[in-house]
Order: sequence, then structure tokens, then C-alpha cells
Amino acid sequence: MSLQDLLISTHEKVSFSLRDLYSRYGYTQYKMSKFEEYDLYARNKDFLISDKVITFTDLSGKLMALKPDVTLSIVKNSMDEPDALQKLYYAENVYRAQKGAHAYKEIMQVGLECMGKVDDYCLCEVLTLATKSLLTISDNVVMNISHLGFLSDLIDGIGISVQNKTKAIQFVGQKNYHELSLLCREMQIDEEKIAKFLQIINTTGSPETVLPVISRLAAGITDIAPVERLLRVVQAIGDTDAKKILHFDFSVVDDLHYYNGLVFKGFVQGLPQSILSGGQYDKLMSKMNRRSCAIGFAVYMDMLERLDVGKESYDVDIVLIYEDGVEASELRSCVDSLIAQGNRVMAQQKVPQNVRYRQMMKYACGEVSILE
Amino acid sequence: MNNMLNVALPKGRLGEKVYAMFEKAGFPCPSILENSRKLIFENQETCVRYFWVKPSDVAIYVERGAADVGVAGKDILLEYEPDVYELLDLDIGKCRMAVAAMADFRDDPQRTLRVATKFSNIAAKYYLSKGRDIDIIHLNGSIEIAPILGLSDVIVDIVETGTTLKENNLAVKETIVPISARLIANKSSYNFKSDKIDMLVREITAQMEASK
Repeated sequence: MSLQDLLISTHEKVSFSLRDLYSRYGYTQYKMSKFEEYDLYARNKDFLISDKVITFTDLSGKLMALKPDVTLSIVKNSMDEPDALQKLYYAENVYRAQKGAHAYKEIMQVGLECMGKVDDYCLCEVLTLATKSLLTISDNVVMNISHLGFLSDLIDGIGISVQNKTKAIQFVGQKNYHELSLLCREMQIDEEKIAKFLQIINTTGSPETVLPVISRLAAGITDIAPVERLLRVVQAIGDTDAKKILHFDFSVVDDLHYYNGLVFKGFVQGLPQSILSGGQYDKLMSKMNRRSCAIGFAVYMDMLERLDVGKESYDVDIVLIYEDGVEASELRSCVDSLIAQGNRVMAQQKVPQNVRYRQMMKYACGEVSILE
Repeated sequence: MNNMLNVALPKGRLGEKVYAMFEKAGFPCPSILENSRKLIFENQETCVRYFWVKPSDVAIYVERGAADVGVAGKDILLEYEPDVYELLDLDIGKCRMAVAAMADFRDDPQRTLRVATKFSNIAAKYYLSKGRDIDIIHLNGSIEIAPILGLSDVIVDIVETGTTLKENNLAVKETIVPISARLIANKSSYNFKSDKIDMLVREITAQMEASK
């Protein structure tokens, strides 16, 4: 492992690669202030991962917040051009309360937003960039995709009431089919329909294999056009590595008030939660009085530190012990020569505590000897 | 290590029952049956690693990925709402989450209801759905004595047989939700170990069907 590899964290490498990737596809960087009026988040609390926001009163008396989210600010501050297309990426810090923790955390988030006239190509491009982003992090990755609009229509088609829809979607997201079937039975939906519904939502696998199956099963219950469109989008990705990691799974769910179409979550082996999340959020756009459609995703960079564990076994290569009174210029020259050989060197008079080193050497009378 | 299926079992009788189901499902680990103080047990042949944890912590181990799968009570899942898959209702460890009060208690809707409980989230959601104003008193144990000492009007707690309630002159007033043990899985692990986890689900489902 080169010195450069040791010094540049996975976080820094991934962040650079992602920004490079997005700019190659014509996305331009969107820079923003750390603060936003709190009102924006108060009106869209359900869109946020956590509704706990750091607030403060600015000098004009306005209630402000340290950004807990990037998408809302981009939508609010960008032009509404439904017939054009804006392609933006960002690398920004957001401030959130972590689940179960009693403190806020600064989290670096890198992502992109594509807003305006979102056609099949845009969906394909964003999904491709999302999968490529995952592959930038690791080879052992899975991108779960689903279609929230179709799932919502399917739930209506089966006969689940509006009041129970959120609960039904929650059960689908948990793969909690036992309680989902109980819910259907409570609503006196007939057994044949329940069985078919469970069969559909339990159909997972490569999108090109399972989407035709889902279309066939759902025909007659609901409109299958969204599934056919998703199939076209996936096929347009071509025979690439990006397509190989796609996995259709209805358990990718999000808030129906904001998301309406393709949704996806990326997982890296060894990380306990999804590291990437995104989807089409036309409903958020219309909630914010925008006529444009939109799709985007974010990569949660804070999770990458888990991948760095064990990467670096030593803090330095050599601890060089010297005695009081040595000639400073000679010691400096010795240290420079060890560094020139590719080592990281820490010169000390005493053995340092809590420093992991590969080798301990001693410098005395112009000579270097190995101690351990 | 990556091929190992990591299983968090709840300490106690429920955990022992669950292990028997897992063993029968093709994930045996004989060392777990030895009488020892060890907490982690591994079977290299079947690529499974079990560990005993406090029942209320199982969901945290699974959500945080230290365990790929685990068995937790529905009460814990409703209270902490971990972001995990809930793959099966194991139909064991059955009880109910209920509202109990002194046998002669009559609710006065004009007053804020004082609710003592370990399950603040469940209680808050239940009364919110009913539009009832409540004052939650969070306790960590011996919930039953709260209404006796006048600390609360009612309690929200798990009721198995109701014997403890009866002995303290308390009675169940409402059932909030039935509780049983659930097989849960980490959402990320499921993607990389779905063969094993699906096999486990299939085998346990078959066992449950056969015992009906």
C-alpha cells in the first residue's frame, strides 16, 4: 500500500471519484449556504430522515436551521423549468440527529438531482450513475430498485383502504407478509386476491427476469404501464456491470407524499444500512409548487468510515529514538533519508505511548540501529 | 467470517425454544447446549454463529448489523421501530400489550390520563390514535404498583396470564395489540445472505405448518 493510499481516506477517494463521475455526465456542482430558513423543514418534516433540526435565530430575527437535507434547498432555490432539464450535483455537509443518539452529527452527503422534463433516458442515466456510485465504493454491492407509484396503485387495486395504505406500505417495506395478509383479511379482501398480491410483492430478483412476471400477475388488478416503463429503463442500461447489481425488490419503500415512481437503495457488504438512497420525487416538486419532475439520489459518506476499519495497521513505520544532545542537523538528515526510503518516521526521545509502529530504531553517534 | 450467519438469540426460555427451531431448520451448533458461561457459539461446518443477548437488545444487534438475523418480541419492534425486515411470526412467546388499571377504575375523559409504562412509544401512539390526552410516566420495572400508589391512573404493559395483575387487584381494561416472537433480519445482510436466510424462513415455516 502506497503512502498516498494510507493518507487518503476512503471517504476522500470516494468523494473525489463521485464528483468526477457526475461532472463527466454533465452535472454541474451546486454550492449552497449551510443555513436555510427553518420554515422549509417545518413544512416538509416527513421528507427528512430525522425531524430534529438545529435551529437558531439570525440577526434579523428569522428562525434559521443548519441544513438537515440538501434536496429541499436545491428544489427551493432552483428555477422551475418543466420543459428544460437541470442536472446538478453536490457534496455538502448536513446536520442530523442520528437515530438512538442524543446528539447531532455532521454528515457529508454527495449526490445529484435531475429536474425538469424527466424522460426514460434521464431515469436510465440517474440509475446508471447511482449504480456506478455504489461500484466506486466496493465490488460487493447490491442496488435494490422498486416502483412506488406502481406499488401504491397495486394496493388500491387489491382493495386496501386509503386509511390502511400507509400501514400496508410499511409492512411491504418490512417484508412483514404475515401482518400484511392479516390486514387484508380484516378488510375482507378475498383469499385469491390476497394470495396473488403476496405473490406479486414477494417476486424479487433481476429486474429483466421479474418485471415481466410482475406485469403478467398484476394485469387486470392495476395499470402495468409503470412496470413496462421501468423494464425499458433497465434494458436501456445495456449489458454493463451497473445492470448486474440491480435487484428488483418491493421492500424499497419511501414516503408516498413525496416519492411517486422509481425508488432505489444501495447496499455495500459489511455496512449495516443502505449507503445510497434515491428516487423520483415529483410529488415533492408539486408540493413545493413546481411543475417540473425530478429524480435524484444521495450517498451517505459518513458510513464509509466503517470500511476504513483495519486498513491502517500502523500510525508510523518507524519510531526513531534519539538521546538528548544529538546534533540536530545530523538527526534531521537521518530522518530525511528514512523518509526518502518511503517510511513515515516519528523522531522521539522516549518511546511514545499509544502509537502503533512497524519498527523501532535508535539513532546514536551518527548510526541507526534496530531496537525492535 | 462473511459466510457466517450471525444469529442473535434472546437469553432465556424463549431463546432456547428458538434455538431448537433453528437447529431443526439446518443450523445446528451443539456447543450452545453445553453448560457454560460463554455467550458466543460457532459451528464452522454449518457456518452459523449464535450469541445470547438481552431480549430487548436483539433488535439493536440486528439493525446495526452485528447479527444478520435474530428473534425479538413484537413489543420491542413496536417500541423501538428498528429499520429491519420482519420475516416471520414464530407464533411463540405469545402475550398481549394491554392497558390495565385498578379493577374499579373508571376513566374520566375530562382529565389528562396518567399512564405508567416501559413502552412510552407504544402508549403514546395508542392514545394519539384515540385522541386522548395523556401524561406518560416512564418506568423501568414494577409497573403494576404505579396505580396502586396513585402514581398513575393506568399502566400499559405486557400481560401474559394476568395473574400478577389479579393479585394486585388490577384488571385489563383494553388490549392494544397481540404480541409474539418475530424473526427479524438486517436489511443489508439480507441482500448478501439471502440464500441462507430464505432457507431458514422456509424451513421454520414448514416446521410451524407441520405442528399446526
